[in-house]
Amino acid sequence: MTAVDASAAGLGPVGPSVAVPAIRPTKSRFSVGRTLRFALMIFFVLVVLTPVYVLVVTSFKGAGDATPARAWALPELWVMDNWVGAWNALAPSIGRSFLIVVPSAIISAFLGSMNGYVLSLWTFRGANLVFTLILFGMFIPYQAVMIPLLQLMLGAGVPSGVPALILLHVIYGIPITTLIFRNYYQTIPGELVEAARVDGSGMLRTFWSIILPISIPSFVVVLIWQFTNAWNDYLFAVFFSSSQNGPVTLALNNLANGALLQDYGISMAGALLASLPPLVVYILLGKYFVGGLMSGSVKG
Amino acid sequence: MRKRLKVAGPPLLLLAPSLILLGIFVYGLLAANFQTSITDSHNAAQATGQKPTNVVGFANYFTLLGTGSFQHSLLNLLLFTVVFLAGTMLIGFTWAWLMDKPSKGEGFFRAIYLFPMAVSFIASGVVWRWLLNSNQGENASGLNRLFQILGLDFLQNPWWNNVTFGIVAIAIPAIWQLSGYVMALFLAGFRGIPDELREAARVDGASEWQLYRLVLFPQLSPVALSALIIIGHMSLKSFDLIMSISKPANYQTKVPAVDMYVFKSSFDYSSAAAVGTILLTIVAVIVVPYLIKTNRQEQR
Repeated sequence: MTAVDASAAGLGPVGPSVAVPAIRPTKSRFSVGRTLRFALMIFFVLVVLTPVYVLVVTSFKGAGDATPARAWALPELWVMDNWVGAWNALAPSIGRSFLIVVPSAIISAFLGSMNGYVLSLWTFRGANLVFTLILFGMFIPYQAVMIPLLQLMLGAGVPSGVPALILLHVIYGIPITTLIFRNYYQTIPGELVEAARVDGSGMLRTFWSIILPISIPSFVVVLIWQFTNAWNDYLFAVFFSSSQNGPVTLALNNLANGALLQDYGISMAGALLASLPPLVVYILLGKYFVGGLMSGSVKG
Repeated sequence: MRKRLKVAGPPLLLLAPSLILLGIFVYGLLAANFQTSITDSHNAAQATGQKPTNVVGFANYFTLLGTGSFQHSLLNLLLFTVVFLAGTMLIGFTWAWLMDKPSKGEGFFRAIYLFPMAVSFIASGVVWRWLLNSNQGENASGLNRLFQILGLDFLQNPWWNNVTFGIVAIAIPAIWQLSGYVMALFLAGFRGIPDELREAARVDGASEWQLYRLVLFPQLSPVALSALIIIGHMSLKSFDLIMSISKPANYQTKVPAVDMYVFKSSFDYSSAAAVGTILLTIVAVIVVPYLIKTNRQEQR
């Protein structure tokens, strides 16, 4: 099956006309391979979506409908109680998540674009070393800075909750945003900057009038990446906020794990609610989302 | 192409805000953390500076590494990382391989495989906690119940409640969440291989297996390395999933990042800092050579 399947690959993007005819498998074997491949892909879709089925179904079940025996069954009666409960429990923290995530994404994107510009188009001796030093910040386990960070933030009087988390997401977002912008700017021909320089345009003017306008795709990628990352953050949230002033991940985890007797209906509705903003972004701007993922691989 | 400016002044000025922030919040704090880790600050009074602390050298490290509990965490981390890496690489590669040949609905499949990446570990932890419920037989819900329904009763198991292998159960949601990412990386890798290369190999009479082993795999190895590094360092930092599926106090599934949180919560700052530095060391051993290698390649 492997052989048949893979040989079909060569026919791929170039189209059948370019393929070498002699190696082309017979028509019937070709379609067997394709059917098998398709069946496998469907199977994996079902596996990946299983947790989603559970989330949705459980979130609409009434209180008495959640017995183990009916665990995988559809609700006897579709009720909204869990959703109302989850909304009441999470709404304030969802608002705070937006307050944290939007400014931190914008600020770190701007810092990243400035750094990326200087590290790729307006470079200087030692730029590569500086870049590597910046990049290392992306890989450190934050556990290795948490204790002194707690003391520093306390000492500097940064209030816990929204302000602290904006600051932290901006700072620890710099490495990845720098990386994404630098990778993007490296694809821009150096002549563009040279020409501006010859015309007497300085570093900042070149940045403002030439580089920024063509950076929009990168900005979209970076903003989405930072939005999703900061929205889904739990580590900084649990160290630098409480359920009274923290983001939705913290509130959700308290909702799901706080009570003695776990109420799966309400926590699953809550999980769906808390995931909605990044999912909407993913669905609407998926292409850019993948772009951000790719740049995470350093070489881009 | 790009002329390197002799003058580093102006570019460094533009980098200055980021460099100062990262200098303090990454490198400064890493040093401060190490300093805390070699003192005897083990209680709230010392943590808040009301009582003095003394330098005790590496005593905290020896104590940590000598206790069974922390050894268990390290073993868990190793087991988790191995399973997480193997799972995401295997599934991610399979998905990329299945989708290598462009087909109808490809965008749909890719979107489904990748979507878990947009969701937080906290949100997915809610449903996975339910799926990985350890009850069996009459009281089973979650996956154990599904196995009963499918007639696969023998697959029922206590999941994360197993002391030795419980952590492997936690790796399942992690694999669910990040296989799509590895797929996206491999897919980009596949698509980056020129078609002529495959055609040439076929014309030379290479079998499909030879084509993969001798032509495609070598081309994909940089992608595979990136994927290993990224997933590997995520794995070493994993914290959120364990916090949301099992609780931090849960012995079965604890890892160093969880220990660090528990130490911090009891104001044992020195032990918490030592755990952080240990994690940093593990990450650095893996990441620093990779960063240096990437840096060298770019300079060439």
